[in-house]
Amino acid sequence: MLYREAGQFKSSYGADQAVFPIAQDRWFIAAAAVFAFVVVPLIADDYWLQAILIPLLVYALAALGLNVLTGYAGQLSLGTGGFMAVGAYMSYKITTAFPELNIIVVFLFSGLFSAAVGIVFGLPSLRIKGFYLAVATLAAQFFLIWLFNKVGWFYNYNPSGTIDAPPRAMLGVLITGAEAQPEVKYLTALSLLSVFALLTKNLVRSSVGRAWMAIRDMDIAAEIIGIRPLRTKLLAFAISSFICGVAGAELFALHFGSVETLAFDINLSFLILFMVIIGGLGSILGSILGAAFMVLMPIALTNLFVGGLGMQAVTAKHTEFMVFGGLIIFFLIVEPHGLARLWQIAKEKLRLWPFPY
Amino acid sequence: MHARNLILAAATAAVTTALVTAASPVWAAGEMVLPSLVYRTGAYAPNGVPFANGVSDYIALVNAKGGINGVKIKLVECETGYKTDVGVECYEKLKGEGATGAAVFNPLSTGITYQLIEKTWVDKVPVHSMGYGRTAAADGRVFKWTFNFPTTYWSQASAVIKYIGDQEGGMGNLKGKKIAHVFHNSPYGKEANPTLEILADKFGYELIMLPVDHPGQEQKATWLQIRRKKPDWVFMSGWGVMNQVAIKEAAAVNYPMDHFIGNWWSSTESDVLPAGDAAKGYKGANFHGAGADWALHGDILATLYGGDKAKAGGKNFGEVLYNRGIVNAVFSTEAIRTAMGKFGDKPLTGEQVRWGLENLDLTAARLKALGLEDFTNPVKVTCEDHETMGPVRIQQWDGGKWVYVSDWIKPMRNVVRPLVERAAAAYAQEKGITPRKCDGSD
Repeated sequence: MLYREAGQFKSSYGADQAVFPIAQDRWFIAAAAVFAFVVVPLIADDYWLQAILIPLLVYALAALGLNVLTGYAGQLSLGTGGFMAVGAYMSYKITTAFPELNIIVVFLFSGLFSAAVGIVFGLPSLRIKGFYLAVATLAAQFFLIWLFNKVGWFYNYNPSGTIDAPPRAMLGVLITGAEAQPEVKYLTALSLLSVFALLTKNLVRSSVGRAWMAIRDMDIAAEIIGIRPLRTKLLAFAISSFICGVAGAELFALHFGSVETLAFDINLSFLILFMVIIGGLGSILGSILGAAFMVLMPIALTNLFVGGLGMQAVTAKHTEFMVFGGLIIFFLIVEPHGLARLWQIAKEKLRLWPFPY
Repeated sequence: MHARNLILAAATAAVTTALVTAASPVWAAGEMVLPSLVYRTGAYAPNGVPFANGVSDYIALVNAKGGINGVKIKLVECETGYKTDVGVECYEKLKGEGATGAAVFNPLSTGITYQLIEKTWVDKVPVHSMGYGRTAAADGRVFKWTFNFPTTYWSQASAVIKYIGDQEGGMGNLKGKKIAHVFHNSPYGKEANPTLEILADKFGYELIMLPVDHPGQEQKATWLQIRRKKPDWVFMSGWGVMNQVAIKEAAAVNYPMDHFIGNWWSSTESDVLPAGDAAKGYKGANFHGAGADWALHGDILATLYGGDKAKAGGKNFGEVLYNRGIVNAVFSTEAIRTAMGKFGDKPLTGEQVRWGLENLDLTAARLKALGLEDFTNPVKVTCEDHETMGPVRIQQWDGGKWVYVSDWIKPMRNVVRPLVERAAAAYAQEKGITPRKCDGSD
């Protein structure tokens, strides 16, 4: 009843092709944006911003990047952590070499480096597919981490091999460094995620995105109808790695402030891949929902067990492992296409609610 | 279909309530919070568990005796699994816990320490990374909120080289010798490298660097290189499962165990026991005593375990890392006690505890009163020196227990301190910090 598009007529091609063609969706998105941009910074405390929301936004961006590659173009990748490390280490190198450069520009430049690396490691995708490609991208993961550990130039020959985010301001407001307000960091991460989500949404609706999906669904057929696999696949690798690189730079500069290569190890690649799978392959919303599930659920469980049930920290952790694993299996059985699909089903039901037939 | 919806709704509701009701339990008056970042799970649990037990046992003993000047300590554990991001989450959760906030953080992970150093300036909570973390933090003029007494990786490395020189019959004999450093390939493991390199230049030994990637279960290649290059001494900076694997691999390539020295995070019972007899003769550095034959241990056994040795043994009673947990807890409680001397006998804020840490003067007499005579060395922290460069002792595994094989070795202050000051100055410049003058004005 509430969610009915009856009576909403489109009188132009533009209106028909809008990202959100239904008015209720537009209202919902606008309300969500106002909530995220205005209400959350006002009501959230330090713990919520620093420990939950900022990592959530950063991981959501990384999941978005991987979703472009795996969800839309169908290229399975286990190199996400490596591409994120490129973004993090290059942003450190750029910002220490050019301290005057705007930090957002630094993020975008480090994304470019990551994109270049992504293209190189995407080359095998022209010959191999599926699990074999996953193994080839795994090489990127291990090689890049090894490189950043081995070559001192990347961490400015710092004896411990860590990189520290120096304080950088934009328009007189500190964005990175310990003194930066958590609200500012949060809004920076949120703005970047919004911009990239919107860009990606439009990209996947364009000819580029259709070419990716054609390659994903059947690459031989796609080639026969005139899609060039080389260009299409490498473009997917480039754009995906670009977004992942920006996410890596954010993870370093906005969330951690100081990282070592261990922060980008294979577990991060798996984590991002799980976010994409649980959230929904080939869905922008799914990337965000998946990241939210993987970030919020363990913290929520721990807080419930320790704060609510008074369990010991270690027992709570063990229980959390079991319950969290169980929940992942539960959600995948309930909806193998991810949380985004659940949302879609809910919307379809809402159209008929409360008088289903 | 209905059951499915029900479960979905229940799950959503559970998450929402869990997140909303996350914080704010009721706190008893006259109680202060000591956060304890522990890892009783994951690859590093064999090392994390005894340490955490040592801390919690000592705090329980203090509370059983009425707390610190009547103020009870509430130890709040947060499980990190040695993971940096979880450690940061724990820190954010616990920094404001209790009426006065967290007293002092002991991250027990160099990676987490690196994360917290900057955050603590803003939040005004001190970090005490006892014998780990960022060595440059020893310069208290730059690192106001970070402490790493009684000694650091750089001091330890210089003391171990001094020991090796002593075993070779004089520092002059180090020339032309080969010393290998097997290290955990992380900020922690790399921390000793600059000192070892400078000492290699100074004394003319050849330094062989052998990094081992996390978690360190695969070291065949490393020990093959040791077999090929035949170093005279092997020094190891390992942690967790890496240590026991290294000792087993060393035995497998027939490396002489008494020329294999672990740092203080590589020489506890759980490192040597899995290797069995092969570990006999393995050496390790330490800055406190091993075993359970100390007066304080008798006290803990009687008060907390009712004299039941078997029950205490299940809690790693008397193991090296258990004892280290005790040392850490002693430093924390004594710093709180020192701060109470200035601010009064009430729950203190992190800022007040920081003053206590900086003015901590743990004398031999006080150690004796605590039941820790000769267990560890007196410590006197100053504004300039947050490390105190305490001495290090070498212990050896005889197959059943650790025995001392050296006296207390003083680190080479003339080598290490300039390095510390240079690193701290570089850090201050990078971060735009003005070092304190340490004349009482700041």
